[in-house]
Amino acid sequence: MTSQDFVVEAIDLTGGYGSKSVIDGIHLSVQRGEWLSCVGPNGSGKSTLLRLLSRLLKPQLGRVLLNGVDLHLQKSSTLARQLALLPQYHRIPVGISVRQLVSLGRSPYQNWWEWDLDLADRQYVERALAQTRLLSLADQQVETLSGGERQRAYLAVALAQDPQVLLLDEPTTFLDLRYQLELLELLKTLNQEQGLTVITVLHDLNLAARYSHRIALLSAGSLVALGSPPDVLTRSQLQQVFGLAVEFIQTSVGLQVCPLHSTTDLLEGASSPLLNNHYPFSLSKS
Amino acid sequence: MKLLTLSPNANPRDQAKSSRQGWRLFALLGVVLIIILILSVSLGAVRLDPGQLWRAVWRYGDPVHQTIVWDLRMPRALLSLLVGAALGMAGALLQGMLGNGLADPYLLGISAGAGLAAVGMLTLGAWTGLVPVAAWAGGLFTTLLVYGLARSQTGLVVERLILAGVAVSALFGAMSSTLLLMADDRVQVALTWLIGSLSGRGWPEANRVAFYIAIGLGLGWSQARSLNLLGLGEDMAVSLGIPLVRTRMLIGLIAALLAAAAVSVSGLIGFVGLVVPHIVRQVVGSDHRWLLPLSAMAGAVLLGSADILARMGSVELPVGVVTALMGAPFFGWLLYQRGHQ
Repeated sequence: MTSQDFVVEAIDLTGGYGSKSVIDGIHLSVQRGEWLSCVGPNGSGKSTLLRLLSRLLKPQLGRVLLNGVDLHLQKSSTLARQLALLPQYHRIPVGISVRQLVSLGRSPYQNWWEWDLDLADRQYVERALAQTRLLSLADQQVETLSGGERQRAYLAVALAQDPQVLLLDEPTTFLDLRYQLELLELLKTLNQEQGLTVITVLHDLNLAARYSHRIALLSAGSLVALGSPPDVLTRSQLQQVFGLAVEFIQTSVGLQVCPLHSTTDLLEGASSPLLNNHYPFSLSKS
Repeated sequence: MKLLTLSPNANPRDQAKSSRQGWRLFALLGVVLIIILILSVSLGAVRLDPGQLWRAVWRYGDPVHQTIVWDLRMPRALLSLLVGAALGMAGALLQGMLGNGLADPYLLGISAGAGLAAVGMLTLGAWTGLVPVAAWAGGLFTTLLVYGLARSQTGLVVERLILAGVAVSALFGAMSSTLLLMADDRVQVALTWLIGSLSGRGWPEANRVAFYIAIGLGLGWSQARSLNLLGLGEDMAVSLGIPLVRTRMLIGLIAALLAAAAVSVSGLIGFVGLVVPHIVRQVVGSDHRWLLPLSAMAGAVLLGSADILARMGSVELPVGVVTALMGAPFFGWLLYQRGHQ
């Protein structure tokens, strides 16, 4: 396999906030058309990793390559045509219709003097609205939408960018079960039909197992395991990283993880530094 | 390369809707601006009727009327519109950049910094042609100072920014007062400057700042799309190709230029930059392509009419008093709204 097949590569990546590093020397390569999910306990650095991969955070050491070129050596608008992000938190502008909002996704393709979108740009906007099933809501004000619809509207912004790579930071957090599935099914379609590379942070191990090609399991800023869902989500690794005893249940959508109880002996064991600031109950809500 | 599979009818309907609101307000404000200009040159100690005004404008008839219109009232009227436009757009730029409706050049200390620099130059009486530039440097320095004070490890917190702005404003305001009181034994002059007044301003002042304000208005409008993207939150804006630090710096510079040019001729006029963008946003929403130019126009309308009101009484009030009388209750209402939603 040549490096041409990798669309995103992290090389010896170390980064964090101020002088403190949260991510510590991670190597990671993502293939074109792949779906990679980052999982791990709270504070394991998965959101920080995503911020590094999406250039929101500058690495302290190491590099992130997009199509073989360092992120921080490229123009921001050039990157915006290849890489889109759905952040966990966004601001809702007032007095803006959904279609106007999604139109902003075309700005990386516009020159600064252009007042409005041209016809080709508008077609991308309409496609993004159709893909996220927002056409019927397109003329509504964004602030009147429900949480699930807002999430879809912001996803539509990212899709209007027509990116090769879509990064998502816990996209299902504020959604109920049905919307969680709906969003992930939509991403699956885009991933399979358009070859969109998906890199997402997910809390829910079962959803990660169900949709990802590969899972990156993080703990205390390091990559503990990287591979196919059955290879990564093993009883011993989940016990080590989450401090949880689990059981696997075979269902019609594959193996599902069922948390049994926290492994108290591991919690007391201060010998392992990665357990100092982690929460054994993070799985219980999923 | 992807084929467009779904593109039946790219629908321009809502763009048209937002444009319609924009054009409507644009036309309304345009008409009101002309009315204000006419009233502003007609009203005053000597009231001109339409016939007298018409003759004076075309430079025939009573020479006293000609002097009143062209040398006294016209420059002041134009100046009030220019200053109002500059403050309105500066407020819209800052509110959009910080994503906070409490931001304005007055509260952030930009006006006080520009004022101090301008007062320093004017009391020394040196290089008066460069007063707007000095005011700009002062405004800019204050912007950076406030930014430096407000910055924390986690990034920019707007509440801290406003607190720092208020503190710096108080300090620089006090320094300006001291300078004015020492240079001139008439407290009156110092007071009108600090409250903000257009009294006695003429063509020299208008010529001095028109260029800077025109440049600032143009540059400000060019930032409309960046501001629209910043409105989606920092992360989303970066993802959509906005270089965050550089863009914020540029918008801050432009807002400082506008505020400083305004302050250098009129002193510290508060609340225009704060109130105007809020009112315009109610009508056209937060699309900055419309919000920025319409805030400039509405600012001109507000300050132009405030200046007429200031001249109506038997004693001329500083225009800053009128804007504060109108703006402060609105500001209180805004705060109340924020606490009760």
